[in-house]
Amino acid sequence: MDVIRNIEAPYLKQGIPDFMPGDTVKISVRVVEGDKVRQQAFHGVVLARDGTGISETFTVRKISDGIAIERIFPLHSPNVQAIEVVRRGKVRRAKLSFMRSRKGKSARIKEKKQQKPSSRAAKGSTKA
Amino acid sequence: MSGLIGRKVGMSQIFEDNGIAVPVTVLEVGPCPVVEVKSTHQHGYSAVQLAYDPIPGKRLSKARLEHLKTKNVEPHRTLREFRTDEAFEPGTVLDVSMFQIGDRVDVIGKTKGRGFQGVVKRHGYHGGKETHGCKTHAVPGSIGMSATPARVLRGKKLPGHMGNHRKTIKNLKVVKVDSDRNLLIVRGAVPGSRNSLVLVRKTRKVQKKG
Repeated sequence: MDVIRNIEAPYLKQGIPDFMPGDTVKISVRVVEGDKVRQQAFHGVVLARDGTGISETFTVRKISDGIAIERIFPLHSPNVQAIEVVRRGKVRRAKLSFMRSRKGKSARIKEKKQQKPSSRAAKGSTKA
Repeated sequence: MSGLIGRKVGMSQIFEDNGIAVPVTVLEVGPCPVVEVKSTHQHGYSAVQLAYDPIPGKRLSKARLEHLKTKNVEPHRTLREFRTDEAFEPGTVLDVSMFQIGDRVDVIGKTKGRGFQGVVKRHGYHGGKETHGCKTHAVPGSIGMSATPARVLRGKKLPGHMGNHRKTIKNLKVVKVDSDRNLLIVRGAVPGSRNSLVLVRKTRKVQKKG
């Protein structure tokens, strides 16, 4: 397994912000159109994080013109250029599949209040 | 062109610059010393015998040990032959640097054993309905005709042992070569479980021109 970790190591991103399901994030996605490269923003709520290591992915859901769009991003893909946490959400599960059946008011997620630095910071450092 | 003996380390994925995730298998191949060169006039066929995986001599049978000793090769666990017309000098050591990024290789291995399996898993039969009063779900059904020919045709796909047989995966692309750690990284899957023995050779599949 160490051999494989060594191979994956150069492909792993450093400095990924600590974000969790329930958080609202803004993703900068690299889009290649012909020979033009541009950045596209994808703004939505993180529903889940799946997998570990190089194969880790996360799901982002947003409502665009009344139509829900979910995208699954590979966390370490070079096409995911930046992840910005806009808002911390207060949720009690790891996978927010229930958000798919929610609309309007019930689809809101409470904002997480600033915590004592101890618990969150300690958790964050081990995950990131 | 000879090949190399190695073992499967495991699978992973790698990102290309354009963001595409490539599924890869990591193989640890070589270094393989040439033990013996077989020639048409002496042995009836031309090949090269390679050794892999050094182990203490006491782990080998006396016959194997003596065979290696006469060729001045250290004790190794595995011996395999590769058919080739090329001339090799006994004692030279072949390693992964014989492959380059972009090469196409064939990987030979033993598939994972799956035991005695029915026709649905073994041959991809569709099986019967699960519901609507069906009482059979995974049976082969009719296996032939009646009085003519009054026997089952040879080669009929039936239940039996599945897996644990030699399989060649052709035309895998070499994604990376690490000569320092004897690693060969190919695109796609390779037969066998982790640590199982694999043989790697330059592909015999004919490449399309252009």
